[in-house]
Amino acid sequence: MMGPVLRATLLKALVVLLCFGLVAPIVIVAIASFSGDGYLKFPPETLSIRWYERFLGDYRWRSAIVNSLFIGVLTSVFSTVIGFLAAYALMRGQFRFKAVIASLLLMPVIVPHIITAVAVYFLSARMGLVGVRPWISVAHTVVALPVVLVILQSALRTVDPALERAAMVCGCTRFGVFRRVVLPLALPGMVSAALFSFLTSFDELVISLFLAGIRAETLPVRIWNSLLLEVEPTIAAVSTLLKAVTTAALAVDAVIRKLRGGPVAALR
Amino acid sequence: MASVGGSVDLEQVTKRYGAETVVAGVSLAIPEGQFFTLLGPSGSGKTTTLSMLAGFVVPDEGRVMLGGRDMTRVPPRGRGLGMVFQNYAIFPHLNVAENVAFPLTVKGAPKAGIAARVAEALEMVKLTGFGTRYARQLSGGQQQRVALARAIVGHPKVVLMDEPLGALDKNLRYHMQVEIKEIQQRLGMTVIYVTHDQEEALTMSDRIAIMNHGRIAQMGPPREVYENPDSSFVASFLGEANLLKVRRDGEAVRGPGGAPFVARGALTTPEGLVFVRPEKVNVAAGTAAVAPNHLPGQIQHASFLGNIVRYAVTAAEGARLLCDVANGAGTQIHRPGDAVTLSWRAEDSRLLAG
Amino acid sequence: MPLGRLAAWLMIAPALILLIGVFLLPIGWFLIGSLAELGTLTEIWEEAQDVLFSGTVARVLLNTNGIGAVVTLLVLVIGYPVSYALSRAKGFAFTAILLCIVLPYFTSTIVRTYAWMVLLGRTGLINQILLGLGLVDAPLELMYNRTGVIIGMTYVLLPYMVLTLYAAMKAVDPRLLQAAEGMGASPATVFLKVFMPLTLHGVIAGVLITFILAIGFFITPALMGGPGDMMIAMLIEREVELTQNWASAAMMTIVLLAVTLILYGVYSRFADKEAPR
Repeated sequence: MMGPVLRATLLKALVVLLCFGLVAPIVIVAIASFSGDGYLKFPPETLSIRWYERFLGDYRWRSAIVNSLFIGVLTSVFSTVIGFLAAYALMRGQFRFKAVIASLLLMPVIVPHIITAVAVYFLSARMGLVGVRPWISVAHTVVALPVVLVILQSALRTVDPALERAAMVCGCTRFGVFRRVVLPLALPGMVSAALFSFLTSFDELVISLFLAGIRAETLPVRIWNSLLLEVEPTIAAVSTLLKAVTTAALAVDAVIRKLRGGPVAALR
Repeated sequence: MASVGGSVDLEQVTKRYGAETVVAGVSLAIPEGQFFTLLGPSGSGKTTTLSMLAGFVVPDEGRVMLGGRDMTRVPPRGRGLGMVFQNYAIFPHLNVAENVAFPLTVKGAPKAGIAARVAEALEMVKLTGFGTRYARQLSGGQQQRVALARAIVGHPKVVLMDEPLGALDKNLRYHMQVEIKEIQQRLGMTVIYVTHDQEEALTMSDRIAIMNHGRIAQMGPPREVYENPDSSFVASFLGEANLLKVRRDGEAVRGPGGAPFVARGALTTPEGLVFVRPEKVNVAAGTAAVAPNHLPGQIQHASFLGNIVRYAVTAAEGARLLCDVANGAGTQIHRPGDAVTLSWRAEDSRLLAG
Repeated sequence: MPLGRLAAWLMIAPALILLIGVFLLPIGWFLIGSLAELGTLTEIWEEAQDVLFSGTVARVLLNTNGIGAVVTLLVLVIGYPVSYALSRAKGFAFTAILLCIVLPYFTSTIVRTYAWMVLLGRTGLINQILLGLGLVDAPLELMYNRTGVIIGMTYVLLPYMVLTLYAAMKAVDPRLLQAAEGMGASPATVFLKVFMPLTLHGVIAGVLITFILAIGFFITPALMGGPGDMMIAMLIEREVELTQNWASAAMMTIVLLAVTLILYGVYSRFADKEAPR
């Protein structure tokens, strides 16, 4: 039998190793993206930002950034607004089939994206919607909505119904209760929901792959298309940028939660 | 916006949830300026009744009248009421002054007027200087005062209070009872107060309605409902009560061991109960001749409670009574096992249906 | 105050319309529409037998299940100690471990896949190290084969397992473990007889969710696999993009959808036991 100290040390070492393994690939690519060598080498022999220059100098990469941002922001707006209304109704409403509707709304994260993608493509191809950016946002909203619902339902759970009643007695209309009480209290949750739905869209590949066409190539689609040809170093720069956006979004979310003293991040 | 007068009337109000009738044909007529308490165990329908007054719940039948106007279907915002909630319901994103100002801000009152009103309300609840704090920085008692200030800032004619002191400790409770009562009298407002605490109801109210199973079991001034309950439920819900089994014997009513009883009211059934409060029972040493309302018994237990001594006494047929005797000058305390005679006046007891 | 029925329906309506219009209806239309082109039910059934029992689809289904099972097992073996450490860690250690899991979790799948492609390629970092150390003479083939698919998918799916296991482990009252130790149980016994049974539902939920995600996976196997590692999602994509064979895509979709939904049904039973979210 091992001694307890030895066992604890072994577990610690194992966990450190595994955690290192989780983060290392991402970090290595980020460092390699600043390589000045002809191919991706780690550690890089020289440092440069040539791959970023090539990335940002390329018209197709630039338009992919614009497409991704446009689709992501629109998805974020769509899913936060629609998700907030739905989360509130599920929280306070009493209507038939509520449990069924609640679980149906979560289905898009369970059903493989390839199925959603092919089905929406089937519809879009017949309606001439392939390559239409707002339409891609609508499709992304379907898969972002479950994320938003989980976050907002946990945010709304902290709003005491008595506060809404108090506001009504004080003379508020339904809308007034919303504007003066529910929205301010749910605001940190709304910001989280907006950030995570943006990320969902910004990182989404499979649905975009089918719906983007040539006109609306997003960053993940552009990465995919060039990876099919070769593992070129420019993509290291693109990946690093995508990761920077993710990290920034997570940091903003953490700061907001800390400031508002809200609940711990409602993970998917 | 505000109601014309401060009278509150319910006319045959009924509310059902599915098959369950939560409030069954309740009628109330509360004049302006009265402190009226709805008292009852949980599930008796008192909170639903208050919700119908506030407008959160629309009754299935009957009418809700405020200041003589039919408000049955008017939403809460149109009723011009003030309300204090059970857990205070203070808006956590607003500070004390903003919370108190809320009813005025919502109505779009001019800023200068709001500030003056808020200052006045905070002074009334003794929270002057607390305006910029947030609820999480306040004690329970202070939060209670904020809730009270918010309820009265608009000078409503009617204020509803839903177990407002339920979360406070006993000492603080007593202070707040006095303060609420003072403010109510100073502003001359009608208060509808919901509680399950009978002592609180007796201290504060002008009139009490005791609710049970969605109905009003009895309604009247505190002393009247306490001393003259018309059902065994009311008798035992409001404080301690002795309820002895009695049976009709010709014109007479006989209790345990055949002792003849004389009490107010009449027995319509062959068997029933006689009610007498513990503090109305006289305890004398020895046995006495059986006369009306004399019951021989034996001390089972004596508890010394300071200002009173409480005896548990057994009588014939296993009947048990509680008797409270004031610990006055020279009071002799009986011991367990002592034979005693209990007696009470006819006007202090009442015959009730079983 | 409960929301009025009409108000509630109006508020949920946009989400429902979206779900029906851009999810349920398209899936239904795609499945029914593509199959209906084949003719009568008998003709559809015959075609289905041809497609689903053909050598290609059978091999792909076998691949899908095999890769899914291996990946799920690896993810469990690696995820269990990490989740355990996370559930017992406090302060800085907790934040550090959580970051190591959450950062990859919220990083795009394609970015994570790309990172491993950089590491595993013929001239990738791992081969550079191995060659540099003289451990191998020629670069190892770590990518465009089964090894690459399994490494890539294990990496991508690990966070899901860890977060599910963590929820179950966090719910275990540490006093129970202390009580068992106090009664003289050895650490191994405490782990096997108390901790494991108490977290078993989390393990089952984690295994199911990982397997569900694995069998529907597309990006990683498509980029890191070889010709022999075709999975069902890739075949569906190929039928649609390359051969425009909607009917056989629909048949495979039905298989994938049915398996996913059944497993999800089982999953919900175990996930219900988790700490309330």
